[in-house]
Amino acid sequence: METIKLTINGKEVEAPKGSTILEAARLTGINIPTLCYLKRINAIGACRICVVEVKGARTNVAACAYPAAEGMVVETNTASLIKARRNTLELILSNHRMDCLTCLRNRSCELQKLAADFGIQHIRYDTDKTEPEIEDSSLHLVRDNSKCILCRRCVAVCKYNQAVAVIGPNDRGYQTHISCAFDRNLDESPCVSCGQCTAVCPTAALNEKDDTEKVWKALGDPAKHVVVGVAPSIRVTIGECFGEPVGTNAEGRMVAALNRLGFDRVFDINHTADLTVMEEGVEFIKRLETNDRLPLITSCSPAWIRFAEMYYTDFIPNMSSCKSPQQMFGAVIKTFYAKERGIDPKDIVTVSIMPCTAKKFEIHRENEQAVDGLPDIDIAITTRELSRMISRAGIMFGELDGEQFDDIASTAGLIFGTTGGVMEAALRTVAEIVDKKPLENVEFTEVRGVAGIKEAVYKIGGRDVRVACASGLTNVKRLLDSIRAGEKQYDFIEVMACPGGCINGGGQPVQPSSVRNNIDLREERAKAIYNMDSGAELRKSHENPLIKRMYDEYFGEPGGEKAHHALHTTYKRQTKYKLD
Amino acid sequence: MPNLKTKVPFKGTPEQESKLLGIIESHKGKRGATMPVLQQAQDIYGYLPEEVQITVAEGLGLSLSEVYGVVSFYSQFTVNPKGEHVVSVCMGTACYVKGAASILERVERKIGCEAGSITADGRFSVDATRCIGACGLAPVITVGSDVYGRLVPDEVDGILGKYTDK
Ligand code: SF4
Ligand code: SF4
Ligand code: SF4
Ligand code: FES
Repeated sequence: METIKLTINGKEVEAPKGSTILEAARLTGINIPTLCYLKRINAIGACRICVVEVKGARTNVAACAYPAAEGMVVETNTASLIKARRNTLELILSNHRMDCLTCLRNRSCELQKLAADFGIQHIRYDTDKTEPEIEDSSLHLVRDNSKCILCRRCVAVCKYNQAVAVIGPNDRGYQTHISCAFDRNLDESPCVSCGQCTAVCPTAALNEKDDTEKVWKALGDPAKHVVVGVAPSIRVTIGECFGEPVGTNAEGRMVAALNRLGFDRVFDINHTADLTVMEEGVEFIKRLETNDRLPLITSCSPAWIRFAEMYYTDFIPNMSSCKSPQQMFGAVIKTFYAKERGIDPKDIVTVSIMPCTAKKFEIHRENEQAVDGLPDIDIAITTRELSRMISRAGIMFGELDGEQFDDIASTAGLIFGTTGGVMEAALRTVAEIVDKKPLENVEFTEVRGVAGIKEAVYKIGGRDVRVACASGLTNVKRLLDSIRAGEKQYDFIEVMACPGGCINGGGQPVQPSSVRNNIDLREERAKAIYNMDSGAELRKSHENPLIKRMYDEYFGEPGGEKAHHALHTTYKRQTKYKLD
Repeated sequence: MPNLKTKVPFKGTPEQESKLLGIIESHKGKRGATMPVLQQAQDIYGYLPEEVQITVAEGLGLSLSEVYGVVSFYSQFTVNPKGEHVVSVCMGTACYVKGAASILERVERKIGCEAGSITADGRFSVDATRCIGACGLAPVITVGSDVYGRLVPDEVDGILGKYTDK
């Protein structure tokens, strides 16, 4: 790697060529504060909290954007810089509704931390931000612009990562605020519900819609049998909410915490990911044999479904009719499980723990009711909401002893949590069914990794099967456009709406820019998942004994009529614009 | 000035639409297309309602929010058509000092719509404008081409009455 040498606070440092001053300073153990900057997402140099002095430069420069250069002499902590940063902070705070004590981001807020670090104890400016400015029209998130610092991270992630740009700065000057076109509510915009904006907001201006009260109520109702299912990725992220390092596998303690919260059964949604593999695998084999509607495109990601239904309607016929693992979980509980346990499905409450805010929308989709009149999933909450429930119950997460799920799942279901995982899990099963012999190597490493688009060709059943995985809707858009243009052909495509897949979902723990600018959350979290997979015995969905039993005792054949009724859904075109 | 969403239904003609599509076509793929297309769209329709902004967005491959962001940033764009009678209240410094704010308030109350918008029947629109250069007459309002100066709030109802009753 080519490097450069520069001097920061009197200390010489060697940094990779192309580093910003921010990155070079980090190598000397200095964390320059940032607010608007977020690596790979937003670099607009707007907030000026990161200013530093560069010898020879006329003015202070923004360390987040300014490239470090050979021989450069930089000061990051002079009295005048600290004064400038304090002043910037005071100005931001003067336009902020400060009620930290009753704020959802209390103790996880980047602005609050900076105010504390800089010892700001009173503001010299008057504020007129005294009232909340709540916009809670959508099912998945709540905006409160009285807490917005106009850093525009949300705008950037919505536009550059997710390709939809449904929010942006409206008006100008003092009136500038983030909102949808014509200041319409979010539920009247073509927002795909991914929640990426809520995961990058440094303050409490954007949060997931909190559905935990509904869960507490169900848990407190003795007439209800409350069943919880946990998505694959949660076990490797939940620890972060309790201060554990990114990439900690906390599966056993997470199960223990759910047991302590009082759920009647704690299930691993990995097992319905296994079920998805069976249904989707059979669907793929059928389509491949008859060359019907290829490429088949996966449908586990509800923000992707929304994107297809509004922006890429010509691909709707290609989408797998399989419900997502979350919805299959609800369907299984209210049919197979209810029957087996002799419980009236009306008395069951299904709760899902999800990495994703779009799951809150998905539970209300049409054709997601295996039992007529009952939603498959009653309540979907995110990793962040679960962590708040655990804290509120006084459960010492770090001190719990591990416990086990009440069901059996393969780690093929587990890798669903990261980009490439659904594809790999499906290939493990499809290849063995088609070729009628065990795989020599179950790892399809070509589809792993954080790249936005991954392609591979595998020989299955004597033919080349061309696969691709895309994550982040901007990459999805690129991939679909290349198919539309006739430049690319595939047989099977995995789509995950969030960059990196569920491990980086919109409902995952929020990490401040000081962390996100230095490590790639996607890599660290995915590593934990693949480590669990490589050490496991049961790595193929079709070998999961629970799945076999479900088909034998209830659903019949994969893709059969009973399975189809309970485990599949439909899609239709939705309008992007809601004019009244 | 907030660009309030118009209450008047959109009545674009097919001719206007084909003209707009032609303009979009000729700017497509070029850098900095948004401003000129919006300017010409406003020339065609007189304002930039949501329907027109959607056509521009879809045509240029932008989101509606991106287009609206530009429209709401520049004061040269308006999302409201002009009423049959355009009432402009000068908010220049001289008028402001002499109480333009309370004049505006009376105008808004009498007409029943806020500055930057139009009444549902399309008869009146209200604008709060920058200095119109009649500082000697401050505070000033204009109704169409009629100018009224040295106003006190109590005179507003009477002046506007002449037009409402017409
Ligand atoms: S957003 Fe941050 S600074 Fe603002 S009230 Fe909440 S915790 Fe405090
Ligand atoms: S949820 Fe996703 S699509 Fe909706 S505003 Fe946020 S980032 Fe954009
Ligand atoms: S909502 Fe949050 S992320 Fe978006 S601009 Fe405001 S503070 Fe920044
Ligand atoms: S300008 Fe550098 S973090 Fe905002």
